[in-house]
Amino acid sequence: MHDMSAHAAGQHHAPPQSFIRKHIFSLDHKVIGKQYYDLGLLAVLTGMVLSWLMRIHLAWPKFGIPGVGWLSKAGAPGGVITPEYYLSLMTMHGTLMVFFVLTNVPFAGFGNYFLPIQIGAEDMAFPRFNMMSFWTTFVAFLVLVSAFFVGGGPPLSGWTAYAPLSAVGAVAGPGQGAGQILWATAIGLFCIGQLLGSLNFITTTLDLRTKGMTLMRMPISTWAWFITSCMGLTAFAVLLPACVLLILDHVAGTSFFIPSNLVISDQLQPHSGGATLLWQHLFWFFGHPEVYIAIVPGIGIVSHILITNMRRPLLSHKVIIGSLGAISFLSYMVYGHHMFLSGMNPFTALVFSFPTLVITIPATIIVLIWIGSLYGSKLRINSASLFALGFISMFVSGGISGFFLAQPSIDIYLHATYFVVGHFHMVMGVAAIFGMFAGTYFWFPKMFGRMMNETLGKIHFWLTLVGTYCIFMPFHYLGFAGNVRRYSAFVNDYLQPLLPVHKFITIAALCTGAAQLIFLYNLIYSRFKGAPAPQNPWEGTSLEWTVPSPPPFDNFGGKHPVVYHDPYQYGVESSTGDYVMQDSPEQVKAVG
Amino acid sequence: MAKLFALTLIAIAIASAIPILMHTWDPPADISTHGPLIDKQMSETMVEAGLLFLAAQIILAIFVWKFSGRRKDAKIGRFPGGATGLVLAAFILVGAELLVLGVFGTKAWASVYFNPPSANAMPIQVQAGQFAFYFRYPGPDGKFGPLHPDQINEASQNVFGLDQTNDPDSKDDIVTAELAVPANREIYLLMHAKDVGHSFYVRELRVQQDFVPGLDLSIHFTATKTGRYEIVCTQLCGLGHYNMKAYLEVLSQEDFDNWLKQQAALQ
Repeated sequence: MHDMSAHAAGQHHAPPQSFIRKHIFSLDHKVIGKQYYDLGLLAVLTGMVLSWLMRIHLAWPKFGIPGVGWLSKAGAPGGVITPEYYLSLMTMHGTLMVFFVLTNVPFAGFGNYFLPIQIGAEDMAFPRFNMMSFWTTFVAFLVLVSAFFVGGGPPLSGWTAYAPLSAVGAVAGPGQGAGQILWATAIGLFCIGQLLGSLNFITTTLDLRTKGMTLMRMPISTWAWFITSCMGLTAFAVLLPACVLLILDHVAGTSFFIPSNLVISDQLQPHSGGATLLWQHLFWFFGHPEVYIAIVPGIGIVSHILITNMRRPLLSHKVIIGSLGAISFLSYMVYGHHMFLSGMNPFTALVFSFPTLVITIPATIIVLIWIGSLYGSKLRINSASLFALGFISMFVSGGISGFFLAQPSIDIYLHATYFVVGHFHMVMGVAAIFGMFAGTYFWFPKMFGRMMNETLGKIHFWLTLVGTYCIFMPFHYLGFAGNVRRYSAFVNDYLQPLLPVHKFITIAALCTGAAQLIFLYNLIYSRFKGAPAPQNPWEGTSLEWTVPSPPPFDNFGGKHPVVYHDPYQYGVESSTGDYVMQDSPEQVKAVG
Repeated sequence: MAKLFALTLIAIAIASAIPILMHTWDPPADISTHGPLIDKQMSETMVEAGLLFLAAQIILAIFVWKFSGRRKDAKIGRFPGGATGLVLAAFILVGAELLVLGVFGTKAWASVYFNPPSANAMPIQVQAGQFAFYFRYPGPDGKFGPLHPDQINEASQNVFGLDQTNDPDSKDDIVTAELAVPANREIYLLMHAKDVGHSFYVRELRVQQDFVPGLDLSIHFTATKTGRYEIVCTQLCGLGHYNMKAYLEVLSQEDFDNWLKQQAALQ
């Protein structure tokens, strides 16, 4: 380890004075982190409302939903959602949630805010790239949402945009023309934002650590963001050209993803020579690492929060980091499990199945280390730790259902059913969102200098935990019964007996969604009226708790902290109590 | 609060297991020769995954109950075996379990995909297009005539693009909107996509396979129980995806022969 403080000093830029440079086009990683968080909040609210519309339509297909007709007269005449508009809502829901929520908040939001502070840096290595990264992402969001307002509406090919449906244009359905081009443009822009952000995270972690901050002294959250950025750099670098090729198929007459002799509406399509499966390979080479891009930051955040609230380090810091590294490495070797039934050579299914099963081992190790570390701890219960514990429960539930889907033979039955929807919603959706909630309750005092209301936080937790299980566990049962996903109405005879389950899920979704208003109120109210937060409300040890709440512009007031300890010195005897801060030179010994 | 968490988690875990134990939403009875292997694999995975699910949730609940709100001077305990023990447990228990599942699962997968169809398997072509399946039987000559995509015309019911005037092999081809097969006879299904991606899924048959435009695929299966079953599309194919379905009629050999004769007369 060498002294990085000279590099850190090199990143200094003067505090901005104007409102625009301070709050809008800011170079400050903390402002950019909050911007990502707020964009994620906007996206999650939009995505959640879309899911309500979908759920209401599935349970009561003829019900006219007030106000929806305004969004699209053709798509929802009288508020009754048409099949094509259902698919548009579904596509936009998935795209908003996966890209603009699950990727944005745990990684770009919290990572931007806390990674530099946790390693003792003043800012990111490339502040201008950082600002560019956010604003590119913001433009991507606007481009995506603009698809609601073009002729034909948003695309209906799902968030995976399988070709050739996504490539042949409006002839394949409303939204497949302008809407699909906007989708591909938005995702391409999003990739650029993520590539810039990933590059920044990697460089910052490697180059800007303060004196004494060796790699193994970095908190697990920082390790998680670093590993995620390595995945992001490689995964988004594949999706970006895929989106460019898709756009070219639309506007330049190319046929990258469109084979010869397609006949749509009795018209022979003017394309030839493309490969349908090429899109799936490119998409899933991104798509599976993306699952871990969404969840690895959550694992880091939850570990960080649990340790603070257990008042002890995890049983092994190195094992957790090694497991995260193993997961990220293996995540590139498993993508084909999304394509078992795609027509790939059936022998490749076994090749992709094996690492898919193996990746469960590092994930299991992480869960066992968490649970083993709870043993003998002094667990503090608060909103943050409750959501962190809920994360473990969800991660286990969603992860275990992956056992089924990792096996090609079982995938024959369960592929494209609600079982898959339940699986990924639990493991990368709800678990990741629990990680976001945990991170919010934990770091809000540092970010805004005010405490959130704990009572409201706990009510929010109970309603969300029970509600999400009521929504997503039945998805698995529907899958066992063979309920196919992505249907806008269940007209099949065999699906009729399952309608009561769908109604139950819809009611649970509406109630759980309504419970999020408690969080929203708490978030907004506390931002302005919450009790003033002390510097270290949770008695944490890492560097973010050594600076005021909120931190000053350059984080450490012009000084460069020196790190003397591993990140989690809990369960010790020190002058401060049972913990010692990373930047404290005090020598301590473990007790117990 | 910790106790409430523990009790809630245990309640959720048990409530989640009840529909599985009660077989409330089990897959429908299998009607294929290869299905029992898939069902066995699914049942074994359910037992192993179910036990892991219950164990993880209950142990998490117990530890939260037991180790929260302890006195300030309470000592931090160490999990027996520490991290090394847990890593070994993950490798040995979970790893071995998953490998066993993987190895046995291969057998089920191989039974569907690695063995070629037998020489006397009955070839039937299925074409998927927005938003219907059509089926083609080769007729008495046993040969399918070639497809001419430029001649596809749904209005004139030439859904496959056959040129029955000039192609002798097409003349006796029988095109239908439902898939009738004789029971206990292997079927060699040749899959062709007309426009975008689709999929062929029959729950009872334990068969699901994508149609890939530009890449004709095939599957083979033997249905064992007569009856009428729904064939549905499981690959998002456009606005009518939810309504893209056909029926599989599994008939006795005699009934099938009669049905085929009737269909030939209708061409």
